[in-house]
Amino acid sequence: MGVSWLLAWRNLWRHRRRTWLTVGAMVFCNILLIFLVSLQLGSYQMMIDGSLAAFTGHIQIQQRDYLDEQHMYQSVPGAVELAARVRTALGVESVAARAEAFALASSAERSFGVLLTGVQPAYEPLVSTFPGKLREGRYLRDGNAQEIVIGAVLAQNLKVGPGDELTFLGSGRDGSFAAGVATVVGILDTGLPDVDRSMAQLPLGWFRQVFAMGDEGHSVVIRVPALDEVGGALSELRAMLLARKELAVLDWDTLMPGLRQAITSDMAGAWFQYGVLVILVAFSVLNTQLMSVLERTREFGVMMALGMSPLRLAQLVGMETLLLAVLGLALGLLGGSLLTWYLSYAGFTYPGVEEMMQRFMLGGRLYPQISATSLLSGPLAVFAGALLAALYPALRLFRLEPVAAMRTA
Amino acid sequence: MAFPVAAISTLAWRNLWRNHRRTLIMLLAITVGVWAMIFMASLMRGMTDQMVRNGLQTLPGEVQIHQRDYLRDPSVVNSMDAPGGALLARLQEAPVAAWAGRVRVPAVIASERGNRGVTLLGIDPVAEAALGSLPDELVAGRALDGPGDRGLVIGANLARRLETAVGKRVVIMSQDTQNNVAERGARVVGIYRARLQGSEDRYVYAGRAAVQDLLGIGERISEIAVTGHDYRNVAPWVPRIAAAAGTGLEVLPWTELDTFLGSMLVVQDGFALVFMVVVFLALSFGLVNTLVMAVFERVREIGLMQALGMRPGMILGQIMLESLYLLLLGLALGNLLALVTVKPLESGIDISSVAQGMEMVGMGTTLYPVLHTADMLMSTTVVIVLGLLASLAPAWRASRLDPVAALNKT
Repeated sequence: MGVSWLLAWRNLWRHRRRTWLTVGAMVFCNILLIFLVSLQLGSYQMMIDGSLAAFTGHIQIQQRDYLDEQHMYQSVPGAVELAARVRTALGVESVAARAEAFALASSAERSFGVLLTGVQPAYEPLVSTFPGKLREGRYLRDGNAQEIVIGAVLAQNLKVGPGDELTFLGSGRDGSFAAGVATVVGILDTGLPDVDRSMAQLPLGWFRQVFAMGDEGHSVVIRVPALDEVGGALSELRAMLLARKELAVLDWDTLMPGLRQAITSDMAGAWFQYGVLVILVAFSVLNTQLMSVLERTREFGVMMALGMSPLRLAQLVGMETLLLAVLGLALGLLGGSLLTWYLSYAGFTYPGVEEMMQRFMLGGRLYPQISATSLLSGPLAVFAGALLAALYPALRLFRLEPVAAMRTA
Repeated sequence: MAFPVAAISTLAWRNLWRNHRRTLIMLLAITVGVWAMIFMASLMRGMTDQMVRNGLQTLPGEVQIHQRDYLRDPSVVNSMDAPGGALLARLQEAPVAAWAGRVRVPAVIASERGNRGVTLLGIDPVAEAALGSLPDELVAGRALDGPGDRGLVIGANLARRLETAVGKRVVIMSQDTQNNVAERGARVVGIYRARLQGSEDRYVYAGRAAVQDLLGIGERISEIAVTGHDYRNVAPWVPRIAAAAGTGLEVLPWTELDTFLGSMLVVQDGFALVFMVVVFLALSFGLVNTLVMAVFERVREIGLMQALGMRPGMILGQIMLESLYLLLLGLALGNLLALVTVKPLESGIDISSVAQGMEMVGMGTTLYPVLHTADMLMSTTVVIVLGLLASLAPAWRASRLDPVAALNKT
């Protein structure tokens, strides 16, 4: 077998330029694929982390129908106590109870509809990044104080700042008239216009008094340390709440169905692009290998006349292709991982990307993420494509007539 | 000596087919590459186009006119007079295709089962229809019948959240010019479905005069939306509108009203070009390879031609022509294939399985690929220009061969 490999290797370098061009096509494609797949997987991870860390969390416990209908009366009894139980059960601190209501907020000069969220000041910063986006003043402290923090655009629209008073009108859980006066203590600037325009947070204790909520809340938000711990936490919580049929334990996929779908649709487009690249490289290999077989028709004829079987010749072509593909794989892997490794630390950006990233609560720089999948999936596809492409030239050899072949010019 | 164009081109054409298998494979590769370029571009155009259209439908209009402070402080206080004089004249001539004056104020809508913060739009249904800003589909009840209509048309999603229906009464609350809460009971007369669920939750339509009456602002309005039905070509006429509007009003094109949409368009346009260049680069290895081999096989022949007096320029031209023929054939086939595959898809591809994901980036549930002549031209330009550039090296080498050495090559 050793001689065959040597023969294949030498055959490969009979046309150095052609071989290098073919290897070059593979290397180019491999580097590009490694970079793109790493970038893609990296940005999905960032999209998921960024979006969930903002407000939604990984898991929420809600009343069964609240997610779909969002009626005030679809609430979770004893939400604060439930949050405390979840904290001990899961062994994580980042669990917070919330309640929500729509209301008309009025300052001395202006009135706007807002989404009020009653939060636990001690725990809310652990499940959401919004409290950290403080631009002015301070975040809520006391669970029962008549205080409120609002979004930056809302503050601007209402023409209020820290220290000003805000009146809000809405209806309570029982449908009764609900009204309160709160002092603005902080302004939050999340960078998301829709959120900054309507967000207002106040302490849960006081929220429940105003909106006649008793000890009820609308959700218990849970943030686990890493995305892959969601499954375990989910089953644990579902087992714990088995007896309470009116409650539902929802994971981030259910809470934010758009997120996974955005990723799915983006992937579909990406696979098309990768597929095209792999096919084009396969054509390049097909061309090279077919040429190399055709120009050796006489040589192959002689070899067959000397007793070599078509199978051995096809094997030889296969080995040549394999060497070619391995060369492309190795060099591509080297180049691709170096480039991507560098960019995964340095990051990069291009015009317009910042606005798009903001939709998913991300900064303006992109960081590809290297993993076994991102390194190997592209190059292996190219490798497979190259081997498949050599099938046709190799199969042609079985139709070769030694005598006719030796007569070709 | 005159350049024998006819002879050279015949030679190039025949040379191309001396090794027909190789040429066919390369032709196939170019065809697939060109097809992919155009197909991808048409999908992306379709996406961007729809994102922009959806964006412009909710914005609405390609250009909006507001009182100077309205965008910073969208309150009823910052309203403006209905257009008159020079501005009215400008709005009634080309290229303005349609315009509508509307009242747009934040409001709270309440049923007996719940309340929501919404944007209340006081509109003239006829003008809005011309603008193309009305919801696509009415699922129950009727549309507004004029500016004086005292009913409300609300989104299906909002109706569900409020547990209300056509014929039921709701209360609408907003701030009037004295900062008092103006409130009025109104009957829901229609329920609409929008392409984006977010819009259904946010926009409540009412007759313009009825809203003006509620807010006590007389004939004043919040914004004028203007369209020329060509969103890529707005810049030329914005200054003319701005001049007619005068200094008290702010006239802005959509790219500034919604910077996300604007940057989206730039990013996508740029990406289409990047994709084309990348596909071409993957192709170019094969193309150069083909030419290198074609020259290699013909070294003796080229030496002979040189010995017989053919100028290097002609040999260069001959090989470049060979490459050009290959590229042109591939382009023709690729474009044809793109035409055949994209045209049937232009009626729409159903992507409702990922609808909510698409909504995050402002898309609806159907993707309509668009075949733009500009994209076909762009891919053609990329392939021809870069293709000829890539062919230069092998062609140059062929033209510089030493005739004696070439003739002696076995």
